[in-house]
Amino acid sequence: MINFDYIRMQSVKSTVKALAKFTDAKMIAGGSNLIDLMKRNVTAPTKLIDINLLPLKYIEQSKEGLRIGALALNSQAADHEIVKNKFPLLAMAINAGASPQLRNMASFGGNMMQRTRCTYFYDTSMPCNKREPNSGCGALNGINRMHAIFGANDNCIAVNPSDMNVALIALDAQVVLLNAKKERKMAFADFHKLAEDTPNLDNHLQSNEMIVEILIPENNFSKNSYYVKVRDRNSYAFALVSVAAGLELEGKTIKNARLAMGGVAHKPWRLYDAENYLQGKEINTETFKEAAKIAMKGAKGYGHNDFKLDLAPASILEALMKAAHLS
Amino acid sequence: MSNQKHPENLEQDFTCSSRRGFLKATTALTAIALSPTLITKAAINHRDEKLAAFFEKIPLNIEVNGKSYKMETEPRETLLDFVRERLQLTGTKKGCDHGQCGACTVHVDGKRVNSCLTLAVMQEGKKITTIEGIGSGEKLHPMQASFLKHDGFQCGYCTPGQIMSAIACINEGHANSPSEIREFMSGNICRCGAYPNIVDAIVEVKNGGQKG
Repeated sequence: MINFDYIRMQSVKSTVKALAKFTDAKMIAGGSNLIDLMKRNVTAPTKLIDINLLPLKYIEQSKEGLRIGALALNSQAADHEIVKNKFPLLAMAINAGASPQLRNMASFGGNMMQRTRCTYFYDTSMPCNKREPNSGCGALNGINRMHAIFGANDNCIAVNPSDMNVALIALDAQVVLLNAKKERKMAFADFHKLAEDTPNLDNHLQSNEMIVEILIPENNFSKNSYYVKVRDRNSYAFALVSVAAGLELEGKTIKNARLAMGGVAHKPWRLYDAENYLQGKEINTETFKEAAKIAMKGAKGYGHNDFKLDLAPASILEALMKAAHLS
Repeated sequence: MSNQKHPENLEQDFTCSSRRGFLKATTALTAIALSPTLITKAAINHRDEKLAAFFEKIPLNIEVNGKSYKMETEPRETLLDFVRERLQLTGTKKGCDHGQCGACTVHVDGKRVNSCLTLAVMQEGKKITTIEGIGSGEKLHPMQASFLKHDGFQCGYCTPGQIMSAIACINEGHANSPSEIREFMSGNICRCGAYPNIVDAIVEVKNGGQKG
């Protein structure tokens, strides 16, 4: 690992000041992704800003919903009573990701900033527009079974690897970002971006900004939530496809639906059209199959990942059936 | 977002820093606060290189297995390398060194983590427990005894990590059934395939109660 300057911050204020001053600095929280990338020379920051002493480890109920500090740990949320009871989808998604050790290290902010697990991104001997702009994409005509089927282009077909992100986008979360001058709030759905012409950028966080809080509004999905994750082994593997489903039911009628997928796009992928279709419909297999069909519009395989075109709708169906307690 | 979570009344900007990059950009006052004599002397004589060498090492106060250490660490030193190479506590194993195998599992303030993916310098003031710290001299920790009884290993390389993880698994309340144990032990890979025996060992400790 190439050595770097290290600074340990005490307050949010001093952190955003430091970010304004040192444009090439990276923040470190759990480090479970960043240190791995530094060991592999995928990234080599010259300055590391340790933010672990900042008072952002809280998870608490407020009038607007559940407030989660950017430094709250993934395991802390998954074992939190309010999260388990009122936002079970988030707990399920978090527990489907990584390992208990890594969930003890991973923070919410860090998980949001997690880079793709595309092997061509990790292998510094291969071309990768995300790692090295304009070097090409090794995955496009390479081994791409883990890769995107939605919203990709020839610049980059990598996927966002996070499970937590899939639940947060489904639950209409919001993100609070801060720089030295001002705070801004954005929909979680707008935080991550598609590859477009800048695959080197995963999201809209500016270099002088930090994530301070995630806010999840109250909802009525807790009784009918489910997270399906399909992967190469039963546990501790990244998703081939994952689906977060939340239903608000009145008897058998769907009052409100939330659907999102992971492992299929450069960002957590919300299925708005399928949600709209489900609204007002009755819960049954046919309805859910139709929703899955709608969700798959515009999907495109790249060879090795063509199986996802069948796996994804099947996973959507399973998530909806389980959420509706029909299977 | 409420402001009560962001106490901005701290006079001090940060508690420690390394190397001249940060030093040059911060105030002389900060540098003096960090180490009055050495820094001021070096600054007066413009001996940047010496300054840099000084700042490449950061003081580290850490407790490992109940013993306090006052040491210095280079920022890039992982906690795993620190316990193995600096403290000679070689029970903790380096497997993949990328957080994929769990052989390096230790407890930081009672929580299990992959010591290969965290920096030693980030553990200032923390209490670390390694495999060497769970028994008491001649007496095995119940989990160690149970692994022996159930043959929870073959080559033994993953075992320290498995045992540290297993103890935490029970403490976290995630050892209520064999399937839950398998899920919450998935961060520890055993290439010999001793998994069924490892689960048996954990079930027995869970049912028999666990100390420490």
